[in-house]
Amino acid sequence: MALKKIREVRGRGVPLPGDDIDTDRIIPARYLKCVTFDGLGEALFYDERFGEDGASKGHVIDDPRYAGATVLISGSNFGCGSSREHAPQSIARAGFEAVVAESFAEIFFGNATTLGLVCAAVSPEARRALTAAVREDPGLEIVVDVAGGRVRAGERAFEATIPPSAREPLLEGTWDPLGELLEGVGEVRAVAARLGRPGAS
Amino acid sequence: MSEPRSLYQKVWQDHAVRTLRNGQTQLFIDTHLIHEVTSPQAFGMLRDRGIEVLMPERTFATVDHIVPTHTRVEPFEDALADEMIRELRANCARHGIRFFDLDSGNQGIVHMVGPEQGITQPGTTIACGDSHTSTHGAFGAIAFGIGTSQVRDVLATQTLAMSELKVRRIEVTGRLQPGVYAKDVILHIIRTLGVKGGLGYAYEYGGDVFERMSMEERMTVCNMTIEGGARCGYVNPDATTFAYLKDRPFAPEGTAWDEAVARWKATASDPGCRYDDVVTIRAEDIPPTVTWGINPGQAISIEQDVPTVEGSPEGEREAVAEALAHMKLTPGAPIRGTKVDVAFFGSCTNGRVSDFIEAARYLEGRRVHPDVKAIAVPGSQHVKAECESRGIDRVFKSAGFEWRDAGCSMCLAMNPDKLVGDQLCASTSNRNFKGRQGSATGRTVLMSPVMVAAAAVTGEVSDAREVFGVSREAVA
Repeated sequence: MALKKIREVRGRGVPLPGDDIDTDRIIPARYLKCVTFDGLGEALFYDERFGEDGASKGHVIDDPRYAGATVLISGSNFGCGSSREHAPQSIARAGFEAVVAESFAEIFFGNATTLGLVCAAVSPEARRALTAAVREDPGLEIVVDVAGGRVRAGERAFEATIPPSAREPLLEGTWDPLGELLEGVGEVRAVAARLGRPGAS
Repeated sequence: MSEPRSLYQKVWQDHAVRTLRNGQTQLFIDTHLIHEVTSPQAFGMLRDRGIEVLMPERTFATVDHIVPTHTRVEPFEDALADEMIRELRANCARHGIRFFDLDSGNQGIVHMVGPEQGITQPGTTIACGDSHTSTHGAFGAIAFGIGTSQVRDVLATQTLAMSELKVRRIEVTGRLQPGVYAKDVILHIIRTLGVKGGLGYAYEYGGDVFERMSMEERMTVCNMTIEGGARCGYVNPDATTFAYLKDRPFAPEGTAWDEAVARWKATASDPGCRYDDVVTIRAEDIPPTVTWGINPGQAISIEQDVPTVEGSPEGEREAVAEALAHMKLTPGAPIRGTKVDVAFFGSCTNGRVSDFIEAARYLEGRRVHPDVKAIAVPGSQHVKAECESRGIDRVFKSAGFEWRDAGCSMCLAMNPDKLVGDQLCASTSNRNFKGRQGSATGRTVLMSPVMVAAAAVTGEVSDAREVFGVSREAVA
């Protein structure tokens, strides 16, 4: 299956305050009651965005100044907690193409990359500068340069880390690993035979 | 002589199939556990691409997240939950996957079922679409929580694309104080190293405290590894591990047992092996620990005061302010005495037989505070049956706890068990994230099972050592 080669993500940013944004916040567990991922975009950050009566709390995601933003900017350990892929699914389905954060929880990072949602890690200083820049000018174009390992905001550029294990597949359009894993099935069978099966004595 | 290796390195090298083009390793997964929440989309992706399950005999299923614990009548009242259990049944039947269903007597939280059945074995790789898969590391397995696309990958290829982790050995040595439990040990570790301290690491738990722990205690510790940011955590397998596994349904028998034990022993970390980091903690320094905030690292000793914004390090002040606002706690006031509305006893962290036995020891003859709703949820049908055969259920019920059926329950509230409004819950579970227990404004205070029993009885966050006169060492 041919996937998009993702050399860069261009779009406006939305600054999400805080560190340790956990996946229960990204998508509350009740929205996991589903057998497909359809419609999860609307559940993104639901409890932070809406009160129990469904009224908007004026969350930054719903701030009209940031409408149409495609780059989410946040703090360290983004996506910690549950392994639910529903979290990056809801971010992607809400229209985001990249998350720029100080660091990422590992399960989230892997889940996001497999969906082609770019995760770029930047320094705390860069995050602060990016946050300030988009707050000042929400129309500012943010460029997440996957190939160059940088995030640009107008005239300024910040170093960004995307580990090679994610960068190469994004650039090559091979970010979903299943195809390559299937190519190895012959060798997999050999390893299975060598190791035996627990409980199959 | 080959270089001494850690258990992690041995298991990794044994299970490496090949190197992928992006430099990651295609890693063989011995055992795959699935449940109803993170698997349906994976089966859907296989269907869409016309791919079959490669080794269905290596996948085991149960149902835990969405099952009601107050009734087992089907169809479930919640149509979505009912659809999920039916979908799992259909997928297991279609692909020939062993399913521990509600009527099997073996159903439970997926991380209880693997060990109980003897499916979880030392030196193996285990994956499950649930972050608390780290639990299985208690047996010296390398066990990863994975996302749904990876569940698909394991179903289709019995492998994952993974990057090798660094290994940090966490040594806890000495004697734990009376009233300090495995839960306190892991909360203390997370508090000390931080919720992101484990990023990039596997944790090896070593030292005499872990060596003396029962398997159930080791599971409590490994379970919360992920809350410290580490993808997996393990204890080297030893005589305690083997004694637990002996005669379990999926454990090897006869000469195969002896061969397995020899193999398992050899997977333990070699003396003198290299670690990327070593952290040492004195057991005597670990207090009964409770959380005050909105992540498991925001924890203090039961004797301490709730932090203040001004008194917190500069980089943490925003997070402290946010946590205090959500928790509605008074900065600078003792955490002890905080009013409790709900006591939740259960989860894959602390829903095992020994947890119930230890709490029952102190609940006997006592009553839950009239303002507290208290629910006790065995982690599995086996735990429930064992507790009932020992009369533990009667102790909980006479004290005023509701005695429920097995499931994840209020740990994540994907079922009818939920907090209401801003109720504060003293909980034996693993996460105190905002909204985690089913109400956006609900509040969670994580603590050990005996501390939850004390909170249930007094109606406030309490020091179990005072309430119950706890004077025995939990970990011998």
